[in-house]
Amino acid sequence: MLILECPYCGVKGEETEFHAGGEAHLKRFGPGSEDADFETYLFMRENPKGVHLERWRHANGCGKWFHAARCTMTLEVFGSYSAQTFEPPKEIKDKISAKRPGWSWRNFS
Amino acid sequence: MSNLVSALNHAKSAGFASVEETGLQGMITVRGDLASKAMAAAVKAATGAAVPATRKIEKGDTGAVAWMSPDELLVITSYEGVDSAIEAMKASLQGEHSMVVNVSDARAVFKVSGSAEDVMAKLAPVDFSTEAFQPGEFRRSRLAQVAAAMWKNDDGSFELVCFRSTAQYVFDLLSVSAANGGEVRHLS
Repeated sequence: MLILECPYCGVKGEETEFHAGGEAHLKRFGPGSEDADFETYLFMRENPKGVHLERWRHANGCGKWFHAARCTMTLEVFGSYSAQTFEPPKEIKDKISAKRPGWSWRNFS
Repeated sequence: MSNLVSALNHAKSAGFASVEETGLQGMITVRGDLASKAMAAAVKAATGAAVPATRKIEKGDTGAVAWMSPDELLVITSYEGVDSAIEAMKASLQGEHSMVVNVSDARAVFKVSGSAEDVMAKLAPVDFSTEAFQPGEFRRSRLAQVAAAMWKNDDGSFELVCFRSTAQYVFDLLSVSAANGGEVRHLS
């Protein structure tokens, strides 16, 4: 079971209080973009064994969306951070690096 | 004129703790910038209380104010006092980006007294131990399968708010959790 901490209300809750929202930091390619870009945006997802960045919503709580960094293998949560960002903040990256040296995820490491 | 009734009209059940639907309660959803002076004035005007800190409930002379999310408060007043409270708040929030809505009839309110922690802890994934969940604390979570918001009173009883459409479900949940013979006594 995952124990996530909502960065907005500070609640440390278990998984059932939250709702998973898929992969984090997707860049949208909408109407007018290249077909290849659109296809990548729609269908191509990371499926790592290890460090993963995801979107979550505190559905049975304050209702806010946020980001979480976790390990898909051990279910360890490295940290959660605001939804209003295009990349994980340095402190989250540092926390991941402390536990999984040499990690990388898409363009981040 | 027809009588106004709440979702379950004061339904009661008693086991090792007692469960009661508390009847008509004035409730107002307020959204806006919680840190602004206008919001503080509006909340003061409606209830006499200050804007609560994160996950807290503040009680005032004419009501209470609870923290729902970083931009949302729940103002609790008497059922009759809702309209005047809304007017007072709208006046204070004039010109601010905000929303004040009467949700009294959209919700149901329950009170659990007695060994309330035992009842609540069976239903919500929340730490209800006396050290962790103290009077004045306000928590939105789930009760079994539906969303609910709960707080603890000074006398140790719990009050909780859920959607009116789930009132019967929540009453049944609380009643069965409070049934005699179902005491866990882990928390007390």
